[in-house]
Amino acid sequence: MTAVTATAGGIDRARVARWLQEYGVYVAVAALLLFNVFFTANFLTLGNFRTQLVQAAPVCIVALGMALVIGTEGVDLSVGAVMALAASLIPLYLGAGPVPAIAIALVVGLAAGTFNGFLVAHVGIQPIVATLALLVGGRGLALVIANGQLVQLHDKTFLELGTGDLAGIPISVWIAGLLSVVMALLVGRTTFGRRLVAIGGNRTASALAGLPVKAVLVGVYAICGLLAAVAGVLATARLSASDPADIGMLMELSAITAVVVGGTALTGGRVRILGTVFGVILMQLVRATLIKHNLPDSTAQMVQAAIIVVAVYVARERSTR
Amino acid sequence: MLEVTDVVKEFVGVRALDGVSFAVRPGEVHALVGENGAGKSTLIKVLTGVHRPDSGEVRLRGEVVSFDRPVRAQEAGISTIYQEVNLVPLLSVAANVFLGREPKTRFGLVDWAEMNRRAAELLGGYGIDTDVKRPLGTLSVGAQQMVALVRAVSTDADVVIMDEPTSSLEPREVETLFSVVERLHEKGIAVVYVSHRMDELYRICDQVTVLRDGKLVHTGPLGDLSRIELVSMMLGRSVNDIREHGATAFGEDHQAGREPILQADNLSSGVRLSDVSVSIRPGEVVGLAGLLGSGRTETARAIVGALPLDGGTVLVGGKALKSGDVGAAMAAGVNMLAEDRKAEGIIPNLSVRENIVLAALPQLSRFGVVSRDKQDKIVDTFVKRLRIKVSNPDQLVSELSGGNQQKVLLARWLCTKPKVLLLDEPTRGIDVGAKAEVQALIDELAQEGLAVLLISSEMEELLDGADRLVVLKDGAVVGELSGDDLTQDKVLAAIAGEAP
Amino acid sequence: MTAVITDPPDTAAATRRELMTGVLQRQGAAIALVIVVAVAWFSFPRFGSLDNLRDLALQSSFLAVIALGMTFVIITGGIDLSVGSLYALGGVLAAYGSQYGFLVALALPLAVCGLIGFVNGVLVARTKMAPFIVTLASLLFARGLLLAITDEGSNTYRVPADSAFIELGRGTIGGFGYPVFIALVLCVIGAVVLRRTRFGQSVFATGGAEQSALLMGLPVARTKITVYTMSGVLSGLAGALTAAYLQSGVTVIGVGTELDAISVVVIGGTLLTGGAGTVLGTVIGVGLRNVIQNIINQIGTLDSNYQSVVSGAFLLLVVVLQRSLARTKPGR
Repeated sequence: MTAVTATAGGIDRARVARWLQEYGVYVAVAALLLFNVFFTANFLTLGNFRTQLVQAAPVCIVALGMALVIGTEGVDLSVGAVMALAASLIPLYLGAGPVPAIAIALVVGLAAGTFNGFLVAHVGIQPIVATLALLVGGRGLALVIANGQLVQLHDKTFLELGTGDLAGIPISVWIAGLLSVVMALLVGRTTFGRRLVAIGGNRTASALAGLPVKAVLVGVYAICGLLAAVAGVLATARLSASDPADIGMLMELSAITAVVVGGTALTGGRVRILGTVFGVILMQLVRATLIKHNLPDSTAQMVQAAIIVVAVYVARERSTR
Repeated sequence: MLEVTDVVKEFVGVRALDGVSFAVRPGEVHALVGENGAGKSTLIKVLTGVHRPDSGEVRLRGEVVSFDRPVRAQEAGISTIYQEVNLVPLLSVAANVFLGREPKTRFGLVDWAEMNRRAAELLGGYGIDTDVKRPLGTLSVGAQQMVALVRAVSTDADVVIMDEPTSSLEPREVETLFSVVERLHEKGIAVVYVSHRMDELYRICDQVTVLRDGKLVHTGPLGDLSRIELVSMMLGRSVNDIREHGATAFGEDHQAGREPILQADNLSSGVRLSDVSVSIRPGEVVGLAGLLGSGRTETARAIVGALPLDGGTVLVGGKALKSGDVGAAMAAGVNMLAEDRKAEGIIPNLSVRENIVLAALPQLSRFGVVSRDKQDKIVDTFVKRLRIKVSNPDQLVSELSGGNQQKVLLARWLCTKPKVLLLDEPTRGIDVGAKAEVQALIDELAQEGLAVLLISSEMEELLDGADRLVVLKDGAVVGELSGDDLTQDKVLAAIAGEAP
Repeated sequence: MTAVITDPPDTAAATRRELMTGVLQRQGAAIALVIVVAVAWFSFPRFGSLDNLRDLALQSSFLAVIALGMTFVIITGGIDLSVGSLYALGGVLAAYGSQYGFLVALALPLAVCGLIGFVNGVLVARTKMAPFIVTLASLLFARGLLLAITDEGSNTYRVPADSAFIELGRGTIGGFGYPVFIALVLCVIGAVVLRRTRFGQSVFATGGAEQSALLMGLPVARTKITVYTMSGVLSGLAGALTAAYLQSGVTVIGVGTELDAISVVVIGGTLLTGGAGTVLGTVIGVGLRNVIQNIINQIGTLDSNYQSVVSGAFLLLVVVLQRSLARTKPGR
């Protein structure tokens, strides 16, 4: 008799964990929004929403790429360093106009991602290790390129990217939203996306099913690198300065957190784009709420740590089922 | 010595052990046999404390014991060697032998000199001469298995469990193993011996216990049973039944085309394959016979490009395939259903729909965008045709039974419209009904003109299903049988290396 | 892949390649260190001066203590990203504790950082969460804790000028600071523990083949908990030593230190996949990193950020070598 009840309890727990992983992030966002509407002064203002979204945009873009990588059972620790690399290149080529400068930054991001993908897919190094090298070296390289200096930028067109609006919504938010839609379509509706998820779910079987495993992996890391560079460009434009020492610091952590909180397990085989976007929004809201209530940054960090642990723990419950 | 009574062990919905009792006495070599999925592994895991039984009890030396961890079983005197070597490849041979019970110096530190000396002595005692300071991983798998054996028997065990210990051993090493078993027997140690090899069983075992579908079928002295009786107990049919009716759902022979659609010549790969040649005509089912490890799976993998080749060519419709490229083989219409459904077949986190269309994605897409309509149509067709039991195509494939998973995988290959299907153990581990359905399907496919390569461990399946048999031994072709030569005796003779 | 019998590729070329990569992987850092030191010695007269060497040794000692713990963690197949935060936290706690005397100054950081390490270990060992995500969380947590006790980083605790604790960081024997000797002694103890105790063997087995280790009855979970706790304690100690040396708890140190520690451990020949490694290799890795840093400083005109570029490149080289070595190994 006791055995029976114990099993029932176990199933219930698994079901709760599963439900939490699936919908927890949306519920949490809604709850936090409600809380703020009632208890936070000046929350329901356009200005506030604007600030929150602008702050969240770069993280969101990086997290999209990270979601793809995690979907293949990988991780990319180098995204922050790639952002710094992109930032460091902007002032060097801005003289030739914003388009060439941005293009070069993006190409370098793409190249960095491709390199990571090559190490993972062709050399066969674990993702965490392969991307660690670029994390260690990438920011140093960016600082070397920038001579360790923060460079103020004055190109009006370029700065428009960070401060400008389109139909009342900041350009960077437009870009983040657009990229989210593109990524959702990429994952859900294309052969590339379906293959990516299959490879994350069972790499051996995918290879035996004739899928181009290596090419897909390289593609995934390349996209991640490219998106990190986009985020680097946007963050630089918003700051109106290239600051390779600080830009994208701990970005890998924020991005992984957003993906995990959004309900994607680190064990791969699943990519939740909407969940990831909401993961970003949730973490942004948490921070904003704490700050608005005059809770210091220290508390925010500890709360963030707790959320990560809970999210991963819940995801783990499901994957071991 | 060691005894279990009425043990039940259930995994999510599956009863792996259903009231099994089993006992082994000191000095006895007890064979534990059964087909895949009969419950042998689960029983061993219960004995060694990996699993705890849902009900029933385990007694050691008459006392009820309950091991919550493998280490408890070991401490109580039950040692196990597993089919796959469970040692640490990067550590030295000596460290592996003594891991967890290293000899110590006066200062409580590990005494490497003493450890190496004693390890060399122990291994030498069993006729293994190797540098004990070498990392274990640099030894051949057979030698590693012997190290595991030495470790197991040197722990003063009362019961030694051997789970298919000879599957990776060379003949010489098998002899060494038998002499070890003989010595254990003399020392009054109980041995539980799991193996599929009849010769071995009859040579060293006194008692036998047969399991089937989680139930106890027979237990008693091995000498009282003839081989055919033993086999029929494992397969679950009476001897007469097998003789008269056959055991499969296969029909008559097929009408094959004249020219081979697939021609594999002189495939060689390291020590696994040497000069294997196979050809299949459209509408023909060619069987690969041989013992486990004879190169059957490797041949299929080599054809499809999943095993790197040292030499040899694969021609499909007269055109050579690029070697080592699964994608190219598929494009040419050659597909392989892998042996290990779980590890190499299904994508567990994806739905039935997505598992089916996975390999055919390019055909179902335009500019890389997948068409939902085409997907639904094809999935619907195959779910109906193969009678896959799903609540809806969006159900996760991991929730299906083994037989239905296998059908999903068959559907995956069929929707790429292949010319050649390589089926590696297509009916392993699935229930009887699904088995018959899969067999009938293979027949049907061949009649439609598909070329099929059938790998199976079941003699009946090969004899009934295949039009022609290629017999493999130690990675080489040792015979080819067709027509009236397709009899069990002749196949066995070929496997044994006698002229058919 | 299927489990099939494979014999080692016995061709001479393969053997030679295996030997080459093996030597490079195991001794690569040592060889590089000798070359780098030789170049520095002849190119920069100041490099060989006793002052510079003392400084070099002292700078290396803090990282060596952290990397020692990281070596154990990595050999078990794990990773500890929280060491940088714990290092900073340890320093702040030591400075804070020093007003209550020497013992508190030492015990407080060791206890708190050890506790966080212990929690890391429990989460990794018992809940099977990925080590990198667990320790990422505690990286954040420790930073948050540090900010909380320093008024969001605005308050820097100073070690009282008359405190005996300062001696721990500033005292010297033959001109070499105490931390150098502490680090040396700890590394010797660490090497003995790793190589000559059952615990050490269990560390190797856990990282080399966890399933096998479990089946052989080794205390895998306890081993993991122990190494993460060790890593926490050692990071706290490195922080305490730094605080004693700087005479204050500097809040901004330790950012990216986890990367330095991981780099030097791997450069020293420890497999990032676990199962193999040496303390000596780690010490050599620390030496190599800091000598290169020293050279870059000596040149003067070079951006100091070249250091991390060199580290990253070297790390990559070592990892690729390790990978090709693993490929030539049979039976895996």
